[in-house]
Amino acid sequence: MENLIALLVAAPLLGAAVLLCGGRRLDRGGHWIGTLLAVVSFAVGVLLFTDMLGKDPEHRAMHQALFSWIPVEGFQADVAFQLDQLSMTFVLLITGVGSLIHVYSIGYMEHDERRRRFFGYLNLFLAAMLLLVIADNYLLLYVGWEGVGLASYLLIGFWQHKPSAATAAKKAFLVNRVGDMGLSIAIMLMFTTFGTFAFGPVLESTSETSEGMLTAIGLMLLLAACGKSAQVPLQSWLGDAMEGPTPVSALIHAATMVTAGVYLITRSGAIFNGAPDAQLAVVIVGAVTLLFGAIVGCAKDDIKKALAGSTMSQIGYMILAAGLGPIGYAFAIMHLVTHGFFKAGLFLGAGSVMHGMNDEVDMRKYGGLRKYMPVTFVTFGLGYLAIIGFPGLSGFWSKDKIIEAAFAYDDGIRGWIFGGVALLGAGITAFYMTRVMIMTFFGEKRWQPDAEGNEPHPHESPRSMTIPMIVLAFGSVFAGGLFSLNESFVKWLEPVTQFEHPHPVISVPAITASTVVVLLLGAALAYVMYGRKEVPVTAPRGSLLTRAARRDLLQDDFNHVVLVRGGEHLTRSLVYVDHTMVDGAVNGTAAGFGGLSGRLRKVQNGFARSYAVSMFGGTAILIAATLLMRAV
Amino acid sequence: MSPVNYLYLAALLFAIGATGVLIRRNAIVVFMCIELMLNACNLTLVTFSRMHGNLDGQIIAFFTMVVAAAEVVVGLAIIVSLFRSRHSASVDDASLMKL
Repeated sequence: MENLIALLVAAPLLGAAVLLCGGRRLDRGGHWIGTLLAVVSFAVGVLLFTDMLGKDPEHRAMHQALFSWIPVEGFQADVAFQLDQLSMTFVLLITGVGSLIHVYSIGYMEHDERRRRFFGYLNLFLAAMLLLVIADNYLLLYVGWEGVGLASYLLIGFWQHKPSAATAAKKAFLVNRVGDMGLSIAIMLMFTTFGTFAFGPVLESTSETSEGMLTAIGLMLLLAACGKSAQVPLQSWLGDAMEGPTPVSALIHAATMVTAGVYLITRSGAIFNGAPDAQLAVVIVGAVTLLFGAIVGCAKDDIKKALAGSTMSQIGYMILAAGLGPIGYAFAIMHLVTHGFFKAGLFLGAGSVMHGMNDEVDMRKYGGLRKYMPVTFVTFGLGYLAIIGFPGLSGFWSKDKIIEAAFAYDDGIRGWIFGGVALLGAGITAFYMTRVMIMTFFGEKRWQPDAEGNEPHPHESPRSMTIPMIVLAFGSVFAGGLFSLNESFVKWLEPVTQFEHPHPVISVPAITASTVVVLLLGAALAYVMYGRKEVPVTAPRGSLLTRAARRDLLQDDFNHVVLVRGGEHLTRSLVYVDHTMVDGAVNGTAAGFGGLSGRLRKVQNGFARSYAVSMFGGTAILIAATLLMRAV
Repeated sequence: MSPVNYLYLAALLFAIGATGVLIRRNAIVVFMCIELMLNACNLTLVTFSRMHGNLDGQIIAFFTMVVAAAEVVVGLAIIVSLFRSRHSASVDDASLMKL
């Protein structure tokens, strides 16, 4: 069984190689190859999962050593895989949602002449993401980490003829690079501290390491997670990443890749458990981002950007939970999985709406679409109910647990602060998602013919698109309940992530009740603002906060002023130093030697007799020296 | 007579030759002064040979004479061709080898 693990990565990797190197003759059937190989990977995952279920919970982890990558004395890097319960959860999520999105893309990308390439990139992404989650050491994880970054870059910029898409891809790549620096520094620190990269030895020997070192490694890992998972302060790329095709947004920028940061923190749990300061930083980042994303999501009129804000916010919840330690890891991963279902479903729904509306993304130009796209409406609606945490649906089970765990953080003032933030976030989530729902599917139709007189004719999408949406809607509805039955999900993960029952500062039923009240309040507010009144087609000026939120709470302006301008000043002063001091030293030396040699040149005057004098003098000195040495 | 006197003579001859090389301009005179220095060296060699009682120094003196003869051939040829082209035998006139 263990030997099958490599096949998880190999299948999509083969697909990527065939599709990207195969050339035009694969144009007609390439998407089937890509989809088939994604499904193969999923089938292998299911096979391994059933095998794992049959084993004793403590001995479920499987290993496969493939080959030694860098065999050097004192530096051992192996290509080896480790499939434990945590990795297995990710494998099923990635291959499952990945396969569905491959199917969806067959319909969505039907008219794109570069469809083969698109599927090649998608397969490349799957391979890299799977490598990331089944690697058994940090160095191999880093390979996958960079691989998903590459795939993300290629797919965001897939429509590279649009300058906005090309810029967005570059932006995502650059911002991610900052985070990747954090990961590489963390790995270097690990190597100097533990002498190895492998998860086992590193995570087992954390108790013998100083807290300062663990905090440093933890903070660097947090930086890495911030980059990949679009957390404050490296969040600015995610909104622009929506320039990519919608299936990409669903798979990479909602369900899987952006959750890699949560995986990294959960996987490195032993390090964070030994570094409470780093954990506090993680919790703060999560709490700030969950509010940040939610506020941005409230103001966006672009349906995909509103959902991107929501993704940021939901990942903020996961990071928050992962920072809480053993009381939160399992819930972070559980929310990650349920979020994978409903957010992918929401994005696919948004893609379906765009597909029927001539790629219009402005929600102010939708309205009343429920009559035209019933399947999209129902699946999107179920995803909506799941994400706001409507009782009984997936999001309720997972998000409520995170709020409970947040209230249990440190049983003092911190519990109140972070619990309160998580609760507030739930209310804002309900507000902005209700807003999206109402503006898209309810009210009167607001679309108009465009400049060439083409009026959109909204219609239901083809079956290849609706079936994945239906499957994901099932997941959105039932996954959370299923996971919470007998705490089965927590028990499943417990051998890897440990688990402690949270003890919140207020009672659990009170938290659940207040969560429901808050979400109803948020939804009601959105209904009053957008459902009762006509939605204007052009956005009103709005309050100061709204305007700031439309500009992503000025994150780009901040980056521009602080980083770009600052960087410009820095480079300018460096150039000045370079010109005056470095070049000055070099040129000065050169000029000095030039002057000296100009003077020395005069010694060579062409007069044979003056040469004879120097020879004579030299010889005399030599003889004198010899005699002197002899005398001494 | 002590052989050391020959060494004094040789040193005197060498000093005269060196001074001549350094202060005279006429190439022929410079040349003759060089020969004078060579012969001063020969005299030294022969004197040391006598003082130490072996023949090595005298043999080296023969070699020096042969080399000096060969040098005279080349050197005079150079001086003659220099005189033909520049109508002067002054070493200071031939100062083209400079920057």
